[in-house]
Amino acid sequence: MSLDHPSVTKQPAATPPASRAPWQPSIVAEVARVVANTAVNAEYRHLVVDCSEIAAAGQPGQFFQLLCPHPAGEQPFLRRPMSLYGADPVKRQVEFLYKVTGAGTRGLDLIQPGGTLDIMGPLGAGFTLDSKWRHIVAVGRGAGLATLAPLAKAAKASGIKVTAIFSARRPELLVSVDLFKSHGADVVPVTDSEQTSGPGNVERILRGLIAAGKCDAFFTCGSSRLMRVQQRLAIEFGLPGQVAMEQQMACGIGLCYCCVRDFNVGGEIVNRRVCWDGPVFDLLEALP
Amino acid sequence: MIKPFSIDLSVDVGGLTLRNPVMPASGTFAEGLDKVIDFNRLGAFVTKTVTRELRAGNPLPRVVERPGSLINAIGIPSKGVPHFIERIIPQYAAYEPPLVVSISAPTAEGFASLASELSLPGVSAIEANISCPNIEEDGKAFAMRAESAEKVTRQLRAATKLPLWVKLTPNTGDIAEVARAAEGAGADAVVVANTFLSMAIDLKTFKPCLGNIMGGLSGPAIKPIVVRQVFQCAKAVKIPIIGCGGISSAEDAIEYMLAGATAVQVGTATFLQPAAMVSIIDGIEMFCLQREIKSVTDLVHGVVIEEADDQDLAWLSPPT
Repeated sequence: MSLDHPSVTKQPAATPPASRAPWQPSIVAEVARVVANTAVNAEYRHLVVDCSEIAAAGQPGQFFQLLCPHPAGEQPFLRRPMSLYGADPVKRQVEFLYKVTGAGTRGLDLIQPGGTLDIMGPLGAGFTLDSKWRHIVAVGRGAGLATLAPLAKAAKASGIKVTAIFSARRPELLVSVDLFKSHGADVVPVTDSEQTSGPGNVERILRGLIAAGKCDAFFTCGSSRLMRVQQRLAIEFGLPGQVAMEQQMACGIGLCYCCVRDFNVGGEIVNRRVCWDGPVFDLLEALP
Repeated sequence: MIKPFSIDLSVDVGGLTLRNPVMPASGTFAEGLDKVIDFNRLGAFVTKTVTRELRAGNPLPRVVERPGSLINAIGIPSKGVPHFIERIIPQYAAYEPPLVVSISAPTAEGFASLASELSLPGVSAIEANISCPNIEEDGKAFAMRAESAEKVTRQLRAATKLPLWVKLTPNTGDIAEVARAAEGAGADAVVVANTFLSMAIDLKTFKPCLGNIMGGLSGPAIKPIVVRQVFQCAKAVKIPIIGCGGISSAEDAIEYMLAGATAVQVGTATFLQPAAMVSIIDGIEMFCLQREIKSVTDLVHGVVIEEADDQDLAWLSPPT
């Protein structure tokens, strides 16, 4: 096995330190003011915070590390990675969508509007959009829908149409649907309760979109099964794709190598850091 | 604001002058941190440990959190020496702080040949990680025993003219004896200490929380133990001590210096607050200003022990 972190390509400065431009951070850890922290359905909560210009410059697919308050009887030590659900550089706000699943998110749940939250970001390599594309497909399940959400606005800004295939256990647990529709996207909900979320049905929908010329690229997050369907179709039709991946993290900025995953790069298995080389990776290089 | 007087933050650590006593702990630092902090503020750079062999690292999960602490078993992923020389060392050339290269090897001979090969322009010191509890079978390491620490340090000393820092493990019965052995064999400084060999078990699955079963404990929880070890080593050796263990604030760093450390390394705190090292540097300066301490070196081993009798310090008679 070899190791690879291609994103680190710093060049030595040609000029002596004294004549360099003043150093400026592009990632910040800061205490942000919470504007809203409200339930959007039985599972997910929507958190909005006021933040600095640097934090609000977060791009689709990037994430933040949140220093969660301690719920009673628990002491989450590490920050918790959280996909960016939205970023507004004008209002200087960032948004997150989270499900209460552990000590960290139980702590987040406690924060009241007007309270504070220590956020660190924006982190990682996000999605990239090619101006040549006319129509892309976003396929997500569970928390992956939150990760894909900022794509809707970014695609619209680039004049790219989006079809979103969103998967959940039940229709009422789907998130981001209204957000995508508000940016002009077509949304195809598929659910376990309606028996429409299986890989076979999703593949049928995707083949229909490809045949209709509505799939210049795949964007996906939140399901290994659905990722494999898209990988097969991407190979069959020669289409590009990007996948946002998850892994347990500690530092979030490429220091500790706890969040590594294997990737297949031209037949060779390489090891990359989800936090720093990703979390968005080439669809065809990703391994489940 | 006009300062009442300027504070001299510089320290001499084993043949190397640092602009201030704060540097990263090996394994918790990489070039990407320059997006968060100004690298030219640091006292030194310390690289992730490089090994001669290619190492993929340990199976996942590689970290688990506990109250006030983190257990890691990353497993020292390493892309080997040519990659390190061609890709890592040049990344620090544009910055002012000296580059300290952390090395590890499975044998004393391996340590020596690696130290020799990495004694290159652009490298200011060698830190020999003779203590990482994950690297040797069942957590054993050179620095667990004075004899093996002495042997590897002697070979390292013969292999490099660069300042040689030896990083000790806290997982030993008498760390002061190991520090003395490293000093006797020619180390220019000792780093006290590394992570504590530890374990966590998942009560849902009854399985260990880490892929490697055991890992190294770091974070605020270990600080008082390592402050004690620095204090013990400071009484045993004349070479400088670099304190490392659970430092997350200027107060923590000052406590280490009072116990006997000339400089400090900050690791796990950077995972929580990526600008922790800069905050610590600023906080040390502020402390010295407020206390009218002209040179940060005045703090070193500044702990005031009123009982003069060493027998009392061994706390053989507990409070009644």
